[in-house]
Amino acid sequence: MTLGDYIRDSQIWKSIFRHPAPYDRRNRVVVMLTNFFLHLHPVSVKKQGIALSYTWCMGGITFFLFLVETVTGVLLMFYYRPTLEHAFNDILALRDVTTLGIMREIHRWGAHAMVITVWLHMYRVFLTGSYKPPREFNWVVGVLLLVLTLLLSFTGYLLPWDQLAIWAITVGSNMARATPFLGHEGPGAQILNLGGYDLITNASDARFILLGGRFVGEATLNRFYILHCVAIPLVVAGLIAIHFWRVRKDGGISQPL
Amino acid sequence: MNPHPDLTPDVIRGIGWLYLLLFAMNIFWTVRSYKRQESVGRLAAWAMYTVMLGVVGVAHVTVQSGSEQFLIRMPVWFKTLIDAGAKPQYYFALSIALFAAVVWLREQLVKPTVSWLILNGMVLFMTLSMTDYDFRQIVGKPDNVPIVSMLFIVAFFTWLYFKRAVDNDQRIAAGKPLFEQEDNEKVLVWPDLVYTEMICMVILTAILVAWGIVLQAPLEEPASASRTPNPSKAPWYFLGLQEMLVYYDPWMAGVVLPSMILVGLMALPYIDFNKKGNGYYTFNERKFSVLTFMFGFLPLWIGLIILGTFLRGPNWNFFGIYELWDVHKLVVLNNVNLSEYFWTWMGQPLPVAEAGSSKFLQIVMILKREWLGLVLVAGYLGALPMVMAGTIFRKFFMRMGFIRYMVFANLVLFMACLPIKMVLRWAFNLKYIVAIPEWFFNI
Ligand code: HEM
Repeated sequence: MTLGDYIRDSQIWKSIFRHPAPYDRRNRVVVMLTNFFLHLHPVSVKKQGIALSYTWCMGGITFFLFLVETVTGVLLMFYYRPTLEHAFNDILALRDVTTLGIMREIHRWGAHAMVITVWLHMYRVFLTGSYKPPREFNWVVGVLLLVLTLLLSFTGYLLPWDQLAIWAITVGSNMARATPFLGHEGPGAQILNLGGYDLITNASDARFILLGGRFVGEATLNRFYILHCVAIPLVVAGLIAIHFWRVRKDGGISQPL
Repeated sequence: MNPHPDLTPDVIRGIGWLYLLLFAMNIFWTVRSYKRQESVGRLAAWAMYTVMLGVVGVAHVTVQSGSEQFLIRMPVWFKTLIDAGAKPQYYFALSIALFAAVVWLREQLVKPTVSWLILNGMVLFMTLSMTDYDFRQIVGKPDNVPIVSMLFIVAFFTWLYFKRAVDNDQRIAAGKPLFEQEDNEKVLVWPDLVYTEMICMVILTAILVAWGIVLQAPLEEPASASRTPNPSKAPWYFLGLQEMLVYYDPWMAGVVLPSMILVGLMALPYIDFNKKGNGYYTFNERKFSVLTFMFGFLPLWIGLIILGTFLRGPNWNFFGIYELWDVHKLVVLNNVNLSEYFWTWMGQPLPVAEAGSSKFLQIVMILKREWLGLVLVAGYLGALPMVMAGTIFRKFFMRMGFIRYMVFANLVLFMACLPIKMVLRWAFNLKYIVAIPEWFFNI
């Protein structure tokens, strides 16, 4: 008996994997049904539906990048403190002294890549007409995921707290100042006043809520940190679950009727 | 005179690796050409080209300090020409022309030799451009590297789409089954899909790690609220939106138009009533929707990101790809509002309420001043959809019903309002169609 067989015969192994290795047809079916991670997939699929030149694998790659971002992000959270005193220096130390400081590089490039792959995924879903019935709603879920991916990237951009970070966020969030009705320099905001008092000022408008202040400061850092590390990832994870579930329920990857 | 420290041996060697990349690519191509038993002339041409690339590449890679004798540079006259023509209107016109050409010539484009020549051209252009200092400065910024690769990737997938769509369209025309319908039996997910996924993950991990080792994530000076960098740019994926700020005020460019993009995307499946083209690649069966979407995605979204990233420098001025980002570059801005045009043409001063007049009178005077623009905008969004319903979009209107059609028409008009305003700006220096700064209401 080889070592491999010995291991696969042990009670421990069998308690984890409830069937023999997927060498024959039966066990290749069973593995898909009994493994938690694999059961996201159906047991069998149309050959052309999974062809790389058809799906470009972009949805899968986006998902994988989301996982990479989660893992590297958690590792970075052990090290990085989101305060004016520490933020920049922690990043600096990640670059100069920390073992595995490369996690920052992977996290940043992974984020850029994810933005690009989510666009390409949308592009291919459009080009194969896969948003057409019965998949309309999953396309809508997808659009939400697209927005949240961009917001994830945007909130993360601030955290290094260098010149690049705060000015990019300043430029980006200045738009909120001009939101119709809700920004203090937006059309219609003047109408919203009570007895001569403006309701929408630079200390109460959409931008103020976003930044937690009148300019990008410590409160903003805190807000963006929580959005970036907790709030948005949770929502994205939930939506991805719905997205995948719907891919299955809508009949799998689209194919000609 | 070139004011910059010029090509160091390191840079030359880097450029050499690009030539060697091309060399490797074309070895593959020459072998392919040989295996397919193409004509001797062709084969010889590819082989010679490949050998040349190899020689040039090796000469660059083995360069010793200071020696530039093997260096091939982008010719100065070409750079001067490109920079002299560096204007946003030319860039935009070029991107539209390119888009039109790709669609028009799609059947030629997807021929292997043509696509291969284009790819070679693109990489060669990049390689030669890398000999220019200013080009290197912009393209080589760590955060910009993904955008350069995005350009190639988007081009590749657009090509792939057309390749499969042209193939299917020919099949449909000949009454044959679609590509997707041939050889399409069911296969087991283990191993067919699981292994593909596994390999994808391994390759991606390798790419990310290599990328992380080669390219350090950027970290600039510590944040300082008092030193504003020039230019101040949003993160790269929002630079298309930032570019819209040139033509529209923030409430439009930053809030209304982005919201319309999202609403439009979400509404898309409920607007497109065409049942064809579901689950396979085709162009002929859904020309209108593909063209509209591609127009939004390629020249407008990706195109403006490229513009905002590589071509917008200090003071958001437009710079050629080989041009120095000079903070003192002066561009005459002399933009005029529609109401100013109108009242000058009438030979009258702009209507203004006298100081101290009632609030009501002030409002009336503002409306009087801007009436033409207001009517135009109302007509654009209110009346034009009806006109189109009776003319160009007649079939759409019949199929969609009133509400669906109105949503569709307004979305299309919102998308069109960006290029329209761009053209008006370039042609007439038009600043605002409606200019009511009193209410922050400029269009
Ligand atoms: C975090 C972002 C996203 C993830 C992780 C994700 C993941 C996936 C995966 C793994 C699939 C299976 C097929 C494939 O890989 O192509 C899929 C299908 C699909 N996705 Fe996404 N997606 C995301 C965003 C989007 C976006 C932005 C859209 C559209 C706006 C979208 C619309 C769809 C639709 C309609 C399908 C079904 C396609 C078909 O059946 O051919 N998704 N998605």
